[in-house]
Amino acid sequence: MADNKYEMNNIPKEKFAFASREGRLHDKKLETKPVGYLKDAWIRFKKNKSSIVGAWIVIFIVLFAIIGPFCFNQDYIHSYEKDVDMRRYQYLTPKLSFAEPGSGFWDGTKVVEISESQYKIYLAREQETGQKAIVKVIDTYTARGYGGADIKMYKCRLDTYANIDVFTKQFTYDEYCKLQDYQLETGRQVILPWVTYYDKNQQSTINSKVFFNNINVWYECDEKGNPTFDQDGNLVNGYKKFKDLSNPSTIKLHDAYYSIRLEKDPAYGKIGSNPVTAQNKEDPTIWKDNTDDVWSVDQRYAYANPYVSTVGKEFETPADKVAYATNPVNWSYTVRLNPYEYFVYKYGFEPHFTFGTNANGWDIFTRLAQGARFSLLFAVAVSAINLVIGAIYGAIEGYYGGTADLIMERVSDILAAIPSMVVTVLFNLHLSAKVGVVPALLYSFIMTGWIGMASRTRMQFYRFKNQEYVLAARTLGARDRRVMFKHIFPNSLGTIITGSVLVIPGVIYSETSLTYLGIINLDSPTRSSVGAMLSAGQGMFTKFPHLVLFPAIFIGLLMVSFNLFGNGLRDAFNPSLRGVED
Amino acid sequence: MYLFKYILKRLGLAILTFFIIISMCFILVKLLPNKQDVGFGKNQQLIQKRREMLGYDKPIMVQFWRFWRYAIVGEFGASEVIFQGRLVWDVFVERVPFTVALNIYSTVLSIPLGLILGIIAAVNKNKWPDHLISTGVMIFVSVPSFIYGFIVQYLLCFRLGWFSPVFIATEGAFSWAAFQSYVPAILCLSFGSIAGYARTLRAELSEILTSDYLLLARTKGLTKNQATVRHALRNAMVPIFPAILGEFIAVMSGSLIIEQMFSIPGVGRLYVSSIQASPPDYNFFMLLSAFYTLIGLLAGIVIDISYSIIDPRIRVGAR
Repeated sequence: MADNKYEMNNIPKEKFAFASREGRLHDKKLETKPVGYLKDAWIRFKKNKSSIVGAWIVIFIVLFAIIGPFCFNQDYIHSYEKDVDMRRYQYLTPKLSFAEPGSGFWDGTKVVEISESQYKIYLAREQETGQKAIVKVIDTYTARGYGGADIKMYKCRLDTYANIDVFTKQFTYDEYCKLQDYQLETGRQVILPWVTYYDKNQQSTINSKVFFNNINVWYECDEKGNPTFDQDGNLVNGYKKFKDLSNPSTIKLHDAYYSIRLEKDPAYGKIGSNPVTAQNKEDPTIWKDNTDDVWSVDQRYAYANPYVSTVGKEFETPADKVAYATNPVNWSYTVRLNPYEYFVYKYGFEPHFTFGTNANGWDIFTRLAQGARFSLLFAVAVSAINLVIGAIYGAIEGYYGGTADLIMERVSDILAAIPSMVVTVLFNLHLSAKVGVVPALLYSFIMTGWIGMASRTRMQFYRFKNQEYVLAARTLGARDRRVMFKHIFPNSLGTIITGSVLVIPGVIYSETSLTYLGIINLDSPTRSSVGAMLSAGQGMFTKFPHLVLFPAIFIGLLMVSFNLFGNGLRDAFNPSLRGVED
Repeated sequence: MYLFKYILKRLGLAILTFFIIISMCFILVKLLPNKQDVGFGKNQQLIQKRREMLGYDKPIMVQFWRFWRYAIVGEFGASEVIFQGRLVWDVFVERVPFTVALNIYSTVLSIPLGLILGIIAAVNKNKWPDHLISTGVMIFVSVPSFIYGFIVQYLLCFRLGWFSPVFIATEGAFSWAAFQSYVPAILCLSFGSIAGYARTLRAELSEILTSDYLLLARTKGLTKNQATVRHALRNAMVPIFPAILGEFIAVMSGSLIIEQMFSIPGVGRLYVSSIQASPPDYNFFMLLSAFYTLIGLLAGIVIDISYSIIDPRIRVGAR
């Protein structure tokens, strides 16, 4: 039995069989895909939660920079340069379009403490303009004023959008007609009645009791500026009035014109639609028409205070008037305006600024987005140019070594020792007049910025240049340039890319510092920078924190997220950390 | 001996670098248009005389020679714009103590705090104190110091009213009144440094705490605290100490923005105002540029040398 079992010498031929029918023997095919350098880095980057968060914030900021400037009324943004009215809408606090007024959160209000007289002025203005400035009275208390008198103080929540001062503005005839037409069309009152103020020095002949030297005050007051009331307890308006309309010869140029379109107003309801038969010589807006022999006033001109040059001119037809009115010196209308309604009329939307407005009335949201766009573009440009210069310089240094390396290192040592501020200032002084501020700034950042990248590349080249594959490539007859950029450079790519990403927050930081210090001035109606926004807001930021708050949050978020992202990238590309986390 | 030679070599190189940089600066400044002031009501003869005295009518190379001859003994000329007629060196010497005081205070505050936070984070690695400190460090390292400036000015100075928002002391830089005025600025300068120290120390210490020689120290009977203090901390100080030294050297230059923000009459503010003046005050610019360059070069040398002093195994400059 045993003999049969272990009979190895003569195994019958038919008992043999091929191990593999195909006649080929090989290893099992790999079922998983090979993990390359970049893929490995990506896998390890994904594991790093904080870097992912950083990357998302970076993406969000980039989107903000790209889309932000388009998220607001474009006409408003583009009229910064020439529009002088915007200054009226300065320091409006942040307001979301859907915020509930008075909720206290992002609704364009702020808490102020005001004296009783100021409080009354606000209330009276509310009565005239219909804009509710005081949203809520939080608290009242008594304070000791000058001379020991007690003053009642109000702590209240103020809607900054309703708190814009009433203002006067000069219009040409055309502009004025347009505004009147708008009023008639929409039924929104933009023009407020003209008020004559008591003028101590000029001893005005006008019988006015509005003493207060404040354009917001439209009611009669006593000598201390407190309002006087009629028997019903209402404020008495101090609007300019007709004297005697039936006798035009008594109408003098300046007091003839008056204002309010109330039902008791003699001119109320008379819109000059009938053919004009006669016109007042001095004031063409007063005329007779063919229906009766009564002087009447073109309703459209009500509320304005026309200024006519002392040279008397006779206007026969409206066409003459138009021709003459185009010269604003000779023919213009000074109008008292409701600020909120004027904003709606002029810019075509209800004011709500997400991040508020700055000292010029410019929208901070879009300014910030513009600044962000500039900062990011600038930093990426600097980083890319530094990458190219530094990589080439460092590659030559590291590859050739020896004397070339020594000399080139001394050059970069000297450049690295110059304080960056000095470089920036000198470049700015020399070049900004010739090539503009931004290119000068760019040159100054490149001037010393590439050194870090060069030394990083140099290190990598020292590391790789004695490896076998370099020797192999050279043995096969590859030229230096090919060995450098085809064989060594791709191996050091991870480090170099990480380095150039980590350069970006540094560049943004320097640029922001320089613009903050005012050494570089990048602020203009069409261009902005975060640093300039911060320094511009610094003077008023205790009163209006939003001027600084949003740029500061932006730059803080940007720096943190870029550093998180960059650190994650560095760890992911660092071969020595491979497999450490597992 | 090799160290001495190394120091000499580094110093020589630094002097050469300094000379080249300042010469370049000088020539670049001189190449800028320096026009004669021809405003109305100005005595042209006087102006002409003054320009001759200042040597502006001579060729640049002659002026260059003259500049170096006087610069070596600390004479950088008189201020022409912001402190009319005063010697820039005198103004500079007046301003230095304010910057030095500010930076010494902030360094003194930030070193112990930073080291303590770093130790806490490293000892409790991957527990909640570490996560808390690391997150804080990440934020405070990244966010620029002027952002803290705004926060401190708004909350502590304006809302709570604890400090004056700007520097108001009229006494010397090291007086108690000045210290009180410095406090907000010190806070702003310190946040970043504290975070920096904490981060470096945490990284070093957590690496050392897992090392073999610390295990040996524990096996021979030391408690965890003893081992950490006697063995780990000392070794972790190797990279920290040069950083501290560098900071001490750079105390005079590190606060350009904070000085501007809190109106501290220091060197940084002088520098910024000399640049912002129109026309820029070039004599101040030259002096302060030289100053900052020198500080940077010296800090580099001192840091390199301190490595070999604190850790004898590191032999800088040796082949």
